[in-house]
Amino acid sequence: MASKTKNNTFDAVKQLENVESQFEMFQILNEEGEVVNEAAMPELSDEQLQELMKRMVYTRILDQRSISLNRQGRLGFYAPTAGQEASQLASQFALEKEDFILPGYRDVPQMIWHGLPLAQAFLFSRGHFKGNQIPEGVNVISPQIIIGAQYIQAAGVALGMKKRGAKSVAVTYTGDGGASQGDFYEGINFAGAYKAPAIFFVQNNRFAISTPVEKQSAAKTIAQKAVAAGIPGIQVDGMDPLAVYAATLDARKRAINGEGPTLIETMTYRYGPHTMAGDDPTRYRTADLDNEWEKKDPLVRFRKFLEKKNLWNEEMENETIEKAKEDIKEAIKEADNTPKQKVTDLISIMYEEMPNHLQEQYEIYKEKESK
Amino acid sequence: MAQMTMIQAITDALRTELRNDPNVLVFGEDVGVNGGVFRATEGLQSEFGEDRVFDTPLAESGIGGLAIGLALQGYRPVPEIQFFGFIFEVMDSVAGQMARMRYRSGGRYSSPVTIRSPFGGGVHTPEMHADSLEGMVAQQPGLKIVIPSTPYDAKGLLISSIRDNDPVIFLEHMKLYRSFRQEVPEEEYTIPLGKADVKREGKDLSIITYGAMVHESLKAAEELEKEGHSVEVIDLRTIMPLDIETIIASVEKTGRAIVVQEAQKQSGIAAHVVAEINDRAILSLEAPVLRVAAPDTVFAFSQAETVWLPNYKDVIETAKKVLTF
Repeated sequence: MASKTKNNTFDAVKQLENVESQFEMFQILNEEGEVVNEAAMPELSDEQLQELMKRMVYTRILDQRSISLNRQGRLGFYAPTAGQEASQLASQFALEKEDFILPGYRDVPQMIWHGLPLAQAFLFSRGHFKGNQIPEGVNVISPQIIIGAQYIQAAGVALGMKKRGAKSVAVTYTGDGGASQGDFYEGINFAGAYKAPAIFFVQNNRFAISTPVEKQSAAKTIAQKAVAAGIPGIQVDGMDPLAVYAATLDARKRAINGEGPTLIETMTYRYGPHTMAGDDPTRYRTADLDNEWEKKDPLVRFRKFLEKKNLWNEEMENETIEKAKEDIKEAIKEADNTPKQKVTDLISIMYEEMPNHLQEQYEIYKEKESK
Repeated sequence: MAQMTMIQAITDALRTELRNDPNVLVFGEDVGVNGGVFRATEGLQSEFGEDRVFDTPLAESGIGGLAIGLALQGYRPVPEIQFFGFIFEVMDSVAGQMARMRYRSGGRYSSPVTIRSPFGGGVHTPEMHADSLEGMVAQQPGLKIVIPSTPYDAKGLLISSIRDNDPVIFLEHMKLYRSFRQEVPEEEYTIPLGKADVKREGKDLSIITYGAMVHESLKAAEELEKEGHSVEVIDLRTIMPLDIETIIASVEKTGRAIVVQEAQKQSGIAAHVVAEINDRAILSLEAPVLRVAAPDTVFAFSQAETVWLPNYKDVIETAKKVLTF
């Protein structure tokens, strides 16, 4: 028998809908390269717009070549980036040199545009310590393999900047699957509690390997998870370079003004597999879904936008492609010429002062290596 | 010189380093205005300000990440994990991240972090407070693990730990916090990490130990002396890296040794010490090296501590087995 319940003054479902309605997707350029949000247009010079396009094209080529080099056995671990150029590069484009990037394993492009030499990015892929010896003055750390760890570390980097009175920000990236980790929540919560200048990106490409985002959480957006930390969250069209740039710039401005962190969810897609280690996306993604997202390609819409302004043409595109291929060839050569690693090298980078047991093992391996 | 308990010596070391180095930051759960759950950071926030000594949200993993990030910005973090049983929450930051920072960046970055954390049985704490988990962290390349047993050692070792440019886990035995006082110099001094200390000289048997078991071993040594056995007691002080030289010199002199730890037999560091002695001094041994350790069960329910924890009687019993082998 259904019992008659009293009229409840608290409507929990309405409450959830209210929250969700606050996280509508922010977009400036539509798929046709048309400006749909003139008021939010970021101030970028013609040269800056061209530079951003160049970086996106360059990075698409870098991805194609990296996949090919990986298949030839000339690269090791590689997580494809095609499709995420707007999300990765337009966000980095809004940063200053003094900002510190804590990348995930798919975020090598941001490191490169922040100053990591390409040859070192290839050495990282192959598994060589010299790939991670970031040049002085380049404020990045090597790609984080433990999903979520970069988030709590970013809170610490940001607090350090705040304590130093620096006008810079810590920027970190994870994926949609990563937003299920404890360190994801702790990272944004710590940064919030300390009002630290951090920008947290979630690049939502809808899949964590084979697991769709719907299986990560019942939350309608990942951006709304910012509510749990009491910080602003925004969902952005991650295939739209101008929207990603504008959102990042806005978050950066608030951070350096002492207003605390922001969580930015970029809605994006990876056209390739999860990594080159045998993942086959046809097992878990439909061709229809791939086609739907290919229409959203950030390069296509930004190309249309620039062509209409007479800022881009085929010749510029081809020049960029050739430049990328040339650089990649050079960088691979440089990586090839890097001396092989020895056990004594690995022992030497463990501690500032070598403890006795390592000193002993160092001598043993030095002897072996001299033969 | 002043008479200090170990907890006072620890506070004194923290105060010394907060004064010496503006990059030293002390943070954790309730370490600020409250002065820590054991008063280890008492008075530090009022002396150095909230910018140097501050509380954190209740999340050990976040504390670990905070330390790593602050170190990347040139600070010298001294975070506290309220009880070392909570280390599992922050194991990735400790073993997966800061221990590897120098190596994974090829020397570009480091983690000059000192994690302070209380542990140890005998004071009837609730679950997951007293567990001896030093063996777990001692197995992670890139870390150093320090366990003082006296106020004097605690101060000198903590100052050294904070000044070390690699991560150090500094474990403070709760039973030793206030159990006795000792003369501790008021001025700064350091004790090198990785150096053991011969707490008592002897010629018939070497007892190699650390933490609260140092005192149980000294008590056992006194009893054994009455029966005519001359016992040497070595306090490891740093359990990773081990002071092999001091251990081996002692064993070569006495020809007999036992290793005493509070941790379960399958845990701790005793097996590693035995292996090193077997590798390096087997020709000096008159008897096998035996271990005193807790049973291989989960740490005792508090009322069972007295029957479960190793004590001086267990040390005497095992020492006699080796002496009469």
